[in-house]
Amino acid sequence: MPNEIVLSMKNISKTFPGVRALDHVDFTLRSGEIHALMGENGAGKSTLIKVLTGVEEFESGEIKIEVGSQTIINHSPQEAQEHGISTVYQEVNLCPNLSVAENLFIGREPKRAGLIDWKTMNRKATELLSKLDMNIDVTKALENYSIALQQMIAIARAVDMSAKVLILDEPTSSLDDNEVEKLFRLMRRLKADGVGIIFVTHFLEQVYEVCDKITVLRNGGLVGEYETEKLPRVQLVAKMMGKDFDDLEAIKKVGKTAGKSSEPVIDAKGIGRQGTIKPYDLQIRKGEVIGLSGLLGSGRSELARSLYGADKPDSGELKVSGKTVVLHTPRDAMMAGMAYLPENRKEEGIVADLSVRENLILALQAKRGMFHPIGSKEQEELANKYVKLLQIKTASLDTPVRSLSGGNQQKVILGRWLLTDPDFLILDEPTRGIDVGTKTEIQKLVVQLAKEGVTVMFISSEIEEMIRTCSRMAVLRDREKVSELIEEELDQNHIMKAIAGGGTDE
Amino acid sequence: MNKGKAFIKRLTGYRLFLPLFCLVLVLFSNLIKTPGFFEVTIKNGVLYGYIIDVINRASDLVILAVGMTLVVAASGGTDISVGAVMSVAGAVCCFILSGGQQSVNEFVNPYILGVLAAVLAGILCGCFNGFLVAKLKIQPMVATLILFTAGRGIAQLITKGQITYIRVESYKMLGSSIPGIPIPTPVFVALIVVLLTYVLLKKTTLGLYIQTVGINAKASKLMGIKSSMIIFLSYVFCGLCAGISGLVASSRIYSADANNIGLNLELDAILAVALGGNSLAGGKFSLLGSVIGAYTIQALSTTLYAMGVSPDQIPVYKAIVVVVIVALQSTELKRMVSKLQMNIKSGKKVA
Amino acid sequence: MKKREKIDGKVFLLIITIVLFLVMYAAGLIIFKSKGFAKPQVFLNLFISNAGLIVIAAGMTMVMITGGIDISVGSIVALTCMMLAWMMEIKGMGAVPALLIVMIMGIVFGLVQGFFIAYLKLQPFIVTLAGMFFARGMTAIISQEMISIKNEMFLKWAKSKINLTFLGGTVNKKGMVNYSFIYPSVIIALIVLVCIFVLLKFTKFGRTIYAVGGNEQSALMMGLNVRRTKLLVYVINGFLCSLGGFLFALNTCAGFVEQAKGFEMEAIASAVIGGTLLTGGVGNVFGSLFGVLIKGTIETFITFQGTLSSWWTKITIAALLAFFIILQSLFAKAKEKH
Repeated sequence: MPNEIVLSMKNISKTFPGVRALDHVDFTLRSGEIHALMGENGAGKSTLIKVLTGVEEFESGEIKIEVGSQTIINHSPQEAQEHGISTVYQEVNLCPNLSVAENLFIGREPKRAGLIDWKTMNRKATELLSKLDMNIDVTKALENYSIALQQMIAIARAVDMSAKVLILDEPTSSLDDNEVEKLFRLMRRLKADGVGIIFVTHFLEQVYEVCDKITVLRNGGLVGEYETEKLPRVQLVAKMMGKDFDDLEAIKKVGKTAGKSSEPVIDAKGIGRQGTIKPYDLQIRKGEVIGLSGLLGSGRSELARSLYGADKPDSGELKVSGKTVVLHTPRDAMMAGMAYLPENRKEEGIVADLSVRENLILALQAKRGMFHPIGSKEQEELANKYVKLLQIKTASLDTPVRSLSGGNQQKVILGRWLLTDPDFLILDEPTRGIDVGTKTEIQKLVVQLAKEGVTVMFISSEIEEMIRTCSRMAVLRDREKVSELIEEELDQNHIMKAIAGGGTDE
Repeated sequence: MNKGKAFIKRLTGYRLFLPLFCLVLVLFSNLIKTPGFFEVTIKNGVLYGYIIDVINRASDLVILAVGMTLVVAASGGTDISVGAVMSVAGAVCCFILSGGQQSVNEFVNPYILGVLAAVLAGILCGCFNGFLVAKLKIQPMVATLILFTAGRGIAQLITKGQITYIRVESYKMLGSSIPGIPIPTPVFVALIVVLLTYVLLKKTTLGLYIQTVGINAKASKLMGIKSSMIIFLSYVFCGLCAGISGLVASSRIYSADANNIGLNLELDAILAVALGGNSLAGGKFSLLGSVIGAYTIQALSTTLYAMGVSPDQIPVYKAIVVVVIVALQSTELKRMVSKLQMNIKSGKKVA
Repeated sequence: MKKREKIDGKVFLLIITIVLFLVMYAAGLIIFKSKGFAKPQVFLNLFISNAGLIVIAAGMTMVMITGGIDISVGSIVALTCMMLAWMMEIKGMGAVPALLIVMIMGIVFGLVQGFFIAYLKLQPFIVTLAGMFFARGMTAIISQEMISIKNEMFLKWAKSKINLTFLGGTVNKKGMVNYSFIYPSVIIALIVLVCIFVLLKFTKFGRTIYAVGGNEQSALMMGLNVRRTKLLVYVINGFLCSLGGFLFALNTCAGFVEQAKGFEMEAIASAVIGGTLLTGGVGNVFGSLFGVLIKGTIETFITFQGTLSSWWTKITIAALLAFFIILQSLFAKAKEKH
C-alpha cells in the first residue's frame, strides 16, 4: 500500500557519556505498515525508541508526525501518547495491584459527575478485550493473570490509545506460539486500519512473517531500509553483523561430539517438584551436549533448576558420576561439580556494581568457602584468563560490570561459571538478547567444552542453535518430559513433531 | 590550568571525598566560634580539649554506625531499633550488676557477667530483627520498628521504672578512662570495633558477600551464597554493636536510664551511614565513610552547642545538613545539573 | 481454596482487623462490665480521644499506598500545638488566624518534603526523618516550656459538646440529664475520612496513587504524572497533619516539646493493622480507622485496668504490629508461590 508518511525521523543523534548511541539516523514509517527495527546489541534500537517516545532527549535532528506538519519533540511518554504514539514494552508496564479494567483505562477513566464511573469502565474493558479474543474478569487484579496475558492486556491498552503509531518493543519474548499468532492477527487488523507499527525484535522468522519493511541499525548508525520480500535472510543477518557469515556453517561440521562413554555423569530418576515439573528420568553422559526444547512454559528452566537445586525437588533420586547425592541448594550442586547460567541474567546473574573481576571470581569464591578468600593476585590471574578466553570487552578488570554491554555481561557470567571448572554446565538461554556475533562465539565454546569432557545442558528457544550444538535432545511439554531425540533425529521437523505431540497442531 | 582541573576532578572522584570534605568543613567551622578548638592538653593524666571531647562523645555513634553500615549494605534497609537496644543492654547490665536494686556502691555480681549479659541482650535483639527480615522477609524499617516501639518499654520493665545506679569506680572506666592511659576509653573501644570489623570484612569474604547480597540477592543465591544467612548475620552484628555502645553509654553516666540512653541515636547512626557516601539502598559500602560520617555529626553537634543551641534544638540544624548532603549525593540532582549544563552549552553554541 | 485466596487477599486482611476489633471490644465488655465499659460513651470516647490520630492515619495511609512513609507526623503535631499556643498566648493572635497559619505551615511542610521525595527522588524515610528532627527542634526553638492555651474562642471550640440525644441519657445526682456526647473534632475526622475515601476510590488522582505504589515505573510509562502525584500526596498529608494536630490541640489545650512523641508509630501501626501494605499499592482508609479503634481499645483497657503502666500500650501495639506484619508477609509468600 503506498501510504502517507505517518512518522518521519531525520538526522537523529544522541550521545551518552563515552558512547555515540545514535549518529544521524533516519527512520520513516507509513500508515498501514508494519516496520521492523533491527540491529545487534549496541545498534541503537532502544535509544531510537526512547528518543521518539520522550524517555530520552536527543541532541540534533527532527521528528515529524505527518508530512508538512510541525516538528515535534516529546518530553515524556504522555506527550508522545498525545501525539498518537503508543508503546508496548518487553517488561509488562502495568500495575499488578490494579484491576485489569483500571490498567486499561487509567489516566482516561470514564467519569460521571466528576467521579470515576467504575461500572462503565468495567463494561468498556470487557468489550475491548473480547474484541481481541480475551474473555477474562476485568475486575480482578492484574497480578492474578499470567505474564503472557498481562502482555496482551498491555497491548490492548496501547491499541486503544494509539491512533497513528504503535511501537512494539520485543513483545513476543514471553509469548508462546499461540499467543504470537494472536498478536500477529491483531497487528494485521491494525495495519488494515491504517496504523503504523514499529516492531522491534530479534526473531528473524517473525520479521519475515509479518513485516513489510525492515530498518537495520548498526553501532548507532543507519545501515538501510529494505522491503522484506526483497531481502533474503542471509543478507539481513550479514547487514546486521557487517560481515559475511561462514562461522555458523563451521559449527555444524564440528558440532557433534562423541560423548559415548559408559557411565552417565548425571543420572536422574523420578526427580520432580510439585507444581513446577513432573517427575522425570534423565541420563546424561560425559561430554554430551544435551538440549532441552519445548514451548515457552513447558518446564525447561524448571527442569534445569530442579537438577541444580535452585528449586528444591520434592521427589526422586540423583546420582552424579555414579554417587547418590542430595542437592538441596545451589551450593550442594556446585560442590558436586555443577554450574548454572540462569535465564535472566539481569536479575539472577549480574552483580551490577561490583567489578568485572569480582563478578568473575564470585562463584569460585563461594565454592571455596567464606574462610578462604581468594588473594588479589590469583583473582587477577583468573579474571584475565577468562577475559581473554571469552574476549570480554571491558575497559579494565575493575570496571563495574553494569557498564558493559549485554553481550559482554553474558560472557562475564559464563566466565564466572567456567572458572569453577564444572563437570556439568547448565546453560539456560545463554544467547538470548545477544548479538549474532556473540551468539556464534558461545555456541562454538559449548562445542569446544564438550570436546574437553565437560557435560553441557543447553536450553534455547532457537531450535537452530540447538541443532547446531547438541548431540541429543530432551523434549518437554506442559511441565513434563515427553521424549528424547538422538543425534540422527535432530532436525526441525522431528523436533517440532516431538514438541507438538500427536500430529501437527495449528 | 588543565592540570589543575584534572587534579580536582580526580580528587572529587574519590569515593570518600565528600564525607571527608564535610568533616573538615564542620571541624573548621568550629574554629570560628571556639578559637581553641584544636588545642589539646592533659588533665588528670587524660587528654583534654574540645576536639578530644568530640572524638570521645562520637564513640557511641561510631560503634552504632559500624553495625548500621552492614545492615544497610546487606539488606538495603535500616535498623531503627539500635537506640532502644542500647537502652535494653544498659538496663540488663545494670540489673545484673546491682542484683535488682536501684542503687549500689559495689558489684553484686561480677562485672564480666554484666558485660556479657549486655552483649548477649544486644545479640538477641539482633537475632529477633534478623529473623523477621531474613527469614520472614519483612521490610527492615518495619521489622525494627517493633523493637523501636517496645524496646524502651522492656528496658523500663527490667529496671522497674527507675534509673539504676552503679556507683562503682571501675564501672565508670569504660565510659571515661582507665588510669594510666591518656586516651579516653570510649575512643579505644570505638577504634577496636572499627578495626576488628574491618579485618573481619577483608580477611573473610564477608565484605564481598555482603555487597553481593546487597546488590543482587537472587544472583548470590544461585552462586551458593546463603543470602538470608548473610542478612541475618548483619542484623545480629548490628545488635551486637548496639549492645557494646549501650555499655559505653551506660558507663558514662554509671547508670541505666531507660528513657535516655541512646535517645535519637538511631537517627544519627543512619545519617552517619548516609553521610559516609553509602547508598541507603544497599550494595557497595565503605566502613570508613560511615566512621567519618559519625565524627562529622558529632562535630556538628559541638559546633551548634558552641553557638548556644540547646540539645532540644540541635535537631533542626542536623535535619538541614542531612537533607542538603543527601540531596547533593542524589543521582537525580546530578542528572538535573548535567542536563542544565548541557542546555547551557548548547545554548552557547547557538549564540 | 486457592481462588478464594486470590480474590480475598486484601479484603481478608481487612476482615481480620474488623473481627479483631469486635473481639477486643467484646472482651472489654465482659471483663470490665462492672466498671461501666458498656456505656455508649466509652465507645464514643474512642473517637474523641483519637480524632487527631484518625485524620493523621488517613494521611499516612495515602502516603503508604504510594510506597512511601512519613515519620515526621508526630513532630508536626507537636509543632502545630506549640505554634497555636504561642501565637494565641504569647502573640495574642485570634484563634482563627492562628489556625489558618498552622494549616499553611502543614501544607508548606508537605510541599518541601514532597519536593525532595518526588522530584529529587530521595528516600521518603530519610526525608521525613529529617522533617521529624526539624519539626521537633523547631518546637523547642519556639519555646522550651509548656504553654497552656487560654484563648477564649479556642477553649469554646474545645469544650463544645454535641449531645447525642437519640442515644438516650442517664439522670445524674443533680437531677440533670447526661447524654452521650461527642465533640466537633469527631465530625471533622469522619468527614476527612470520607473525603479521602472518595478521593482514593473515585478520582484519577486517587487511582494514580495506587498505580504509583503498585509499580512506579509502569505508572510513568503509562503516562501518569508520577512526580506531581507524589508531591500532592505529601502536600495533602501535610495539611492533614496540621489538621490532626489542631484536633489534638483541642484535646490537650497546650503546647510542649515532648508532645505526641511516638505518634507516627501509632499512625503507621493503625494503617498496617488496617491492611495497608508497607510495600505500597494496597491500602484502605476505613481499615486504618479500625486500626485506630483497636489502639484506642487497648488504651481503654489499660485505663480501666488501672495498675499497668502506660508502657504496656506501646508494647501491645508493637506486638500487634508485629503480628500483622508477619501476617502480611505470609500472604505475600503464598502469593509468590503462584
